[in-house]
Amino acid sequence: MTALAQRIGSMRKSAVSTGGSIPVVLFLLAAAAFLVIGSLSSDIFAQQTVAGLAQGAIFGSLALALVLIYRATEVINFAQGELAMATTYIAYQLTLWGLSYWLAFFLTLPIALVLGMAIQVVLIRPVQHSIIAVVIVTVGLFILIDGIVTWVWGADLKFMDAPFGNTVYHAGGVAFSRQDIGVLAVSILSVIVLWFLFQFTKIGLAMRAAALRPAAAALVGVRVNWMLAIGWGLAAVLGAVAGLMTEPTQFLQPTMMQAILLYAFAAAVLGGLESPAGAVIGGLSLGVFLNLIGQYIGVATPELRLPIAFLVLLLVLLVKPTGLFGRKQVRRV
Amino acid sequence: MKFIPAAVAAAVVVVLPFFLSGYHQGLAVYVALYFVAILGLNILTGYTGQISIGHGGFMAIGGYTTAVLSHYEHWNLILTLPASLGVCFLVGIFVGVPALRLSGVYLALVTFGFAVSVPQLPLKFSKFLGGSNGLHTDHTVTHLWLYVVSWSCAGIAFLLAWLLLRGRTGRAFRAVRDSEVAAASSGIALPIYKTLAFGVSGAFAGVAGSLLVLATNGFAQPSEFTVLVSLQILIGAAVAGLGSLWGVVVGAVFIGLLPSISASVPLIGSSHGQDVVFGLIVILVMLLLPNGVAGLLRGFEPRFKTAIKPGP
Repeated sequence: MTALAQRIGSMRKSAVSTGGSIPVVLFLLAAAAFLVIGSLSSDIFAQQTVAGLAQGAIFGSLALALVLIYRATEVINFAQGELAMATTYIAYQLTLWGLSYWLAFFLTLPIALVLGMAIQVVLIRPVQHSIIAVVIVTVGLFILIDGIVTWVWGADLKFMDAPFGNTVYHAGGVAFSRQDIGVLAVSILSVIVLWFLFQFTKIGLAMRAAALRPAAAALVGVRVNWMLAIGWGLAAVLGAVAGLMTEPTQFLQPTMMQAILLYAFAAAVLGGLESPAGAVIGGLSLGVFLNLIGQYIGVATPELRLPIAFLVLLLVLLVKPTGLFGRKQVRRV
Repeated sequence: MKFIPAAVAAAVVVVLPFFLSGYHQGLAVYVALYFVAILGLNILTGYTGQISIGHGGFMAIGGYTTAVLSHYEHWNLILTLPASLGVCFLVGIFVGVPALRLSGVYLALVTFGFAVSVPQLPLKFSKFLGGSNGLHTDHTVTHLWLYVVSWSCAGIAFLLAWLLLRGRTGRAFRAVRDSEVAAASSGIALPIYKTLAFGVSGAFAGVAGSLLVLATNGFAQPSEFTVLVSLQILIGAAVAGLGSLWGVVVGAVFIGLLPSISASVPLIGSSHGQDVVFGLIVILVMLLLPNGVAGLLRGFEPRFKTAIKPGP
């Protein structure tokens, strides 16, 4: 197993960064143009596109959380969705204690940060030399968190106040719900804040260094272990946002994030797993695509949403084995 | 000397049903079927180095093969087992083809998508496959029948795996795992051996799925083959440790018995305590044995192979 882990490690070390290639960018621009033209010519199309974007923004933020952890530790965090669900329940508990929705929202974020960091320090750090062991620990966490939440709050549906109200706006013949717009705005905003943090702050630079070249970063004085912990913390914060934005449509129940986690997996891989921008674009495209397919193609009944998502993923990966924005891998023999 | 452990294990399995109640025989059936499934995963991941978290999907296909053949065609239940072996072998090869282009996490998540997608199909084709209510085999079987059949399958699977892995094919598998480029330069046809590993692995999981359907009173339902089944097999394989046939026994006992043991822990006094205990134990075992039982066993062997200790 260590041999395998080592091989994956060395493959990563010799990976060449390319960013988004020109065909991919052209393809995405064409898709965007198609959406704009479609929305201008059909009201239903526009409505479905906006709803798809709102849904996709949630996929995207959870996918971004997965990417954050993958870049730093090379593992897929199976507990990401359940962690998001648990933090949403914490926010729910805060509102039960009399806090307003938005106060609870902003109080939950630091709680999620601490929770994510604590999990990394206590459970992940001791096994981080073995990829398989980390993955299994996250699977164990998945089961554990599910059990704890069901034990504390019960498995029945819970409801919170609607954060954006139920207003519906009309523009021309098109109806936009304020909720969709709000979900889209909050998700995108949190992604932008995070991008800002990574790109323009000292701690962001240190975190990128720790993820990319742990040994070199440690030599120049970056506390690599703490940076990894903060990475987990930030991923938990993004997850909390995703959970809280899911609540208005799915309501609170222990299984609320399970399907969304699967779409987030697909979105993250679609974007290339290494690329934060790819994860967000992957999430948005997946959300819109699934909504439009559901509207216009009769065979695509709700039961087939997940299979279709993964079929799209498979087709993309067959053309580009490391996702849309993945890096070309150069293998060392 | 080499055959003593196998002989002891076989003797225990033969004698055990005389001391077990029907309920405990039922539990032993789960151990047997997880054994077959983990063995399959181990051939693919432990010996050939191709990561899969989609074995629940193969199990679902195997289980539904048994249910369909029995429900519509009234096949003898034992004859459905080789049928699902064959079907899942073909499906495994089919899944293995895209795997030729993918590796590592990308492959793992595609196989995961496979596991997620398969249980959706009975919901879509509910007229033929029974929807969420599931499909019933035309008759049910006793605990003892199931015990004998499932452990026979486990024995045959172990023998097949051992025969496959000890010779030329096994060497080719391990070569692919250790270095694809080196394997290809020594004349090993990568596409053939990778898809073969997927086929064999899927076939084993398919038989395990058939046994699972028989163990749940002959019901094949989408809810039996959720993502959790794939994850459980993965947990079992990790507890077993990859690349060891004997570790698989421990892994199978672990996931076969732990859910019912953790349900009996009077920690919280509600049925949800089960998940809490199960999750905790999984995490603890991984913290204590990051390389699984195989890693533990290997610790006792003389280490002549690794003069230089591999890095993290």
